[in-house]
Amino acid sequence: MKTWTPSEPIISISNVHKAYGSFQVLKGVSLDVKKGEVVCIIGPSGSGKSTLIRCINGLNDIQSGSIRVEGMEVNDPKLDKLALRKNVGIVFQQFNLFPHKTVLENVMMAPVIVLKQARTEVEQRARALIAKVRLEGKENAYPGELSGGQQQRVAIARCLAMAPDIMLFDEVTSALDPETVNEVLSTIKDLAQEGMTCILVTHEMGFAREVADHIYFTDKGVIVEHGPPDVFFANPKDPRTREFLGKVL
Amino acid sequence: MATIADFFHWLAAKRGYNFSIFYDRFDGTQFLYGIWTTIHLSFFCVLLSVLFGAIGVWLQRSSFEPLRWLVGAYVGFFRNTPPLVQLYFFYFAVDPVLSSALGVKGGLLSNYGWALLVLSLYAGAFNTEIFRSGIEAVPKSTCEAAEALGYTPLQIFRHVTFPLAFRVSFPAMTSNLVNLIKTTTTAYAISVAETLYVANRIWSDQFNVFEMMNVVWVVYLVLVGLFLAFMTRWEKALRVPGFGRSK
Repeated sequence: MKTWTPSEPIISISNVHKAYGSFQVLKGVSLDVKKGEVVCIIGPSGSGKSTLIRCINGLNDIQSGSIRVEGMEVNDPKLDKLALRKNVGIVFQQFNLFPHKTVLENVMMAPVIVLKQARTEVEQRARALIAKVRLEGKENAYPGELSGGQQQRVAIARCLAMAPDIMLFDEVTSALDPETVNEVLSTIKDLAQEGMTCILVTHEMGFAREVADHIYFTDKGVIVEHGPPDVFFANPKDPRTREFLGKVL
Repeated sequence: MATIADFFHWLAAKRGYNFSIFYDRFDGTQFLYGIWTTIHLSFFCVLLSVLFGAIGVWLQRSSFEPLRWLVGAYVGFFRNTPPLVQLYFFYFAVDPVLSSALGVKGGLLSNYGWALLVLSLYAGAFNTEIFRSGIEAVPKSTCEAAEALGYTPLQIFRHVTFPLAFRVSFPAMTSNLVNLIKTTTTAYAISVAETLYVANRIWSDQFNVFEMMNVVWVVYLVLVGLFLAFMTRWEKALRVPGFGRSK
């Protein structure tokens, strides 16, 4: 396998097609993400945004095209999925924490079980991550005892415990009430500023404008338009982009 | 001890309530033996039925279709027929046919062995369905989160699906196991000397049906009560704040 060097795109998606039955979700999507870049994907519901980022860590498979992450071909049946997933974390809309485990255990489990790291070392790191997402004192709480915003920050810490190179965020604030949206967004902003490569599917246009290096607008399975946020938001060229932005801004 | 025996002797002679098991050594020993048989038959049936349920649900989730079909047939066979009929069927029809075909003299299993196997299979069929409902109640998205973190399917099952499914299945499983303990009385029909069988032998000798019926009633009330106390404590220990009923 060709080794990847940091000067190349860390994620390289080219001409990806994906269908659920006869319904074409992705119809030839291509995009590159450089290391340390923050990319936001926006677009109407059903345009394939979530499907696209789920394909990046192999939760969904693709019918044709290629997705390369750090030189690994995601769709290769011989791919070592653990090598991929160790480096690509994903945070979901519905948090999906393990409800029978405490906050600390939620964060510790994957490194201990999947990566077989020593518990004591993992625990130190987990406590630091919980502090980083501003949840000190909640280590022994169960997910069911936390608010949505708190649960989502635990989910972020749980991903970070694997020390990934890339973080994917799939509409992570869509299930939150307006007041807690900001606590999650500021956590993501910290990560972005530390140089984490991030791909966000989001409906938070203001946030996208503020943190993204690049915006992609998808509609009906294709990328309609993309560009840096100041250009994209100030001067959208495609009528579909203009129509969408007119509705949400 | 002598005073207890004296009291029941007096009760039988003067008041006409004949609790022979408390003063007649033979009846007493027999009855204790019956209770002990009920206890170990129940104990092994409970363990085996949970094992059969676990195997059943595991095979049911196999990608190999004939295995799923086999589990469907097993559940249908044991869920759709009365346990008493099952005991008769295996003891009087299956055992003679199989043992003569295999050339085994004196039957394949003892009556106790058949009771243990058949009743475990019977409750195991229900456990299969109960565990299935538990597994299906675990959100796919929760397992997907584990998958995205690099867990293998076995690790997902062990650390996510099983602990959650077990908690969901627990109340229904408890009810099914209580039912199983009570159903061990049907082993009476193939002469397993459990509580009811022994009680029958005693009341046939002593003509004290009324007294023995009350005793049998209390025995099951206490046995099932103890089992339920144990299961309730276990369920409490498994309880997770904010998951299901929180208090």
